[in-house]
Amino acid sequence: MSADRPTTNPTDPAALPDAAPEADLTETGTAHLPTLERSVMGSVGVALMGAGLRSARPFQKLVLGGVGAGLTAMAATGRNPIAAALKIRQTGQGEVLVRDAVTVGKPADVLYGVWRDLAGLPRLMTHLQSVEVLDDTRSRWTVRAPTGTVSWDAQITADEPGRRLAWASLPGAAIENHGEVVFREAPGDRGTEVVVRLAYRPPGGTVGAVAARLFGEEPAQQLRDDLMRFKREQELGFAPTTEGQSSGRAAHGGQA
Amino acid sequence: MKAIVWQGTNSVGVETVPDPTLLLPTDAIVRVTSTAICGSDLHLLDGVIPSMEKGDILGHEFMGEVVEVGRDVRKLKVGDRVVVPFNIACGACDPCRRGLFSACDNSNPNHRMAEALYGGVSGGGLFGYSHMYGGYAGGQAQYVRVPFADVGPYRIESDLRDEQVLFLTDIFPTGYQAAENCGIVPGRDVVAVFGAGPVGQFAARSAQMLGAANVIVIDRVPERLAMAAAAGCQVINYEQEDVLIALREATGGRGPDHVIDAVGMEAHGHGPGALVDTAKQRLKLSFDRITALRWALLSCAKGGTVSLPGVYGGLIDKVPMGAAFAKGLTFKMGQTHTHRHIGPLLSRIEAGEIDPSFVITHRASLDQAPDLYRTFRDKHDGCVKVVLNPWA
Ligand SMILES: [Zn+2]
Ligand SMILES: [Zn+2]
Repeated sequence: MSADRPTTNPTDPAALPDAAPEADLTETGTAHLPTLERSVMGSVGVALMGAGLRSARPFQKLVLGGVGAGLTAMAATGRNPIAAALKIRQTGQGEVLVRDAVTVGKPADVLYGVWRDLAGLPRLMTHLQSVEVLDDTRSRWTVRAPTGTVSWDAQITADEPGRRLAWASLPGAAIENHGEVVFREAPGDRGTEVVVRLAYRPPGGTVGAVAARLFGEEPAQQLRDDLMRFKREQELGFAPTTEGQSSGRAAHGGQA
Repeated sequence: MKAIVWQGTNSVGVETVPDPTLLLPTDAIVRVTSTAICGSDLHLLDGVIPSMEKGDILGHEFMGEVVEVGRDVRKLKVGDRVVVPFNIACGACDPCRRGLFSACDNSNPNHRMAEALYGGVSGGGLFGYSHMYGGYAGGQAQYVRVPFADVGPYRIESDLRDEQVLFLTDIFPTGYQAAENCGIVPGRDVVAVFGAGPVGQFAARSAQMLGAANVIVIDRVPERLAMAAAAGCQVINYEQEDVLIALREATGGRGPDHVIDAVGMEAHGHGPGALVDTAKQRLKLSFDRITALRWALLSCAKGGTVSLPGVYGGLIDKVPMGAAFAKGLTFKMGQTHTHRHIGPLLSRIEAGEIDPSFVITHRASLDQAPDLYRTFRDKHDGCVKVVLNPWA
């Protein structure tokens, strides 16, 4: 069995009474469009192409026609090339998958302990506003979103001290999501490899994920930043910075 | 304080800027007593290295006196006279613990930028060298903030002059590491050095110190070739001779056992390949011009090493990889792990094996620096190395 993808959960199931069967976090490639999304996209695409062709203004003709043709093609092929170009990846269940890893020069049980303290997670992940621990396995997560904040309840679905932590949102979550953090010893005294896989259903399907990405919400980059912040917090105890240093901009009243 | 500031492509100026302050408890402030203009500053000047911002303070070769330390600084004390490595390293991450200081995981706050360009990993921060490398203010100034003050600065306790130890911050270790990377077999191996600029000069002398049977230096600027010849190197002027033929002749047809490309992406070559490189670089289609690298691969002996201390910034094409493969070459490259070389090289200076001040051709104040950037860039007036006194 490969160490990074445990297929069994050694924790006593009795400790996790409500645990749903763990959802898959296997990557299946770039975004495929669900059928509903395809048909909506197809009709919007055809309508836009029509509007483009009818438009008297050449620029509008080009833009509407182009976007319309693109959407129609996406609908016809069942693939979202924009999502593919933006490297939006998917799981077998059609969720958006985000994964990354970092090596941190500390023992696995120490790092596991930091993640297991769920209420402390907002310190690691800046887009998290709060995690409220409800009981042994359940917690309420609140994240900052472009539209304000979004909350949902989540449950720990696997808890192997020093090795792995997995969770899933409970039914009714605004953003359905699940994920895992795996801690495994790095070869040769380099500390611990921390592997994170997160899957979620963005509101609006892959189109929503593309829109979110285009508006600057990049879960993959957020995860990368979070992991680097975590590593630096553990290895240095602080984050390096140049904020507030002197420069020729400060001399002119601008930002240093 | 006074500082040299990047004002845009091909424009640097002397400006009055705020004095630096401690930003983190592990910082120190150093009063700069000597600083230098480095060949790689020219890549910033002409805009080849991206992510400079107007107002950035330049300079990554500097030394001085510690005037303030943060509350978590343990080893460094106010009053210490120090040389400061041009690269910034945390001392705690895995690369740092293995002595690969320039590859530090943690010192670059803008890791995103470098990761996007360089395959998902970023090197450590550099002083005064673009935001991709952290955006740290540089040392061509009267004062400088030095992060990780217990890791970088190296105390100079002997009474060696600034000019004898200043280059421990960059060009001496850079030239030395380039030679060390060749794995020279003393008394047997012939080393060719492309580029007789400051790094090439130190690479050539380091190859000699490491026992090379012969060192051949290739350039086109007579003063630079004369400087190498004065150290006992064989020289080739590529404007007067066919380099590849001259190197074959000098090595009995074998080619040099190791080749150091101390030119990097700013190579000025001849012929259509060089013209295409220059045009593409101007159009931002490619960062790098690689005449020296091509010559290095084509001239190197079978089983040899191609060592690259010269800066490469982006993508290159038309690399004769077939020659490299056919000859079974080894490539060694990368930013200098300055921290680990300073102590051993300082010992060599103290023992009188080398006096690094040989390379200095120009001394000036900060006010004269903008002019000297141009003199250095254009290789006018026999300019090889410029040292600035921020208090003159
Ligand atoms: Zn330099
Ligand atoms: Zn480090």
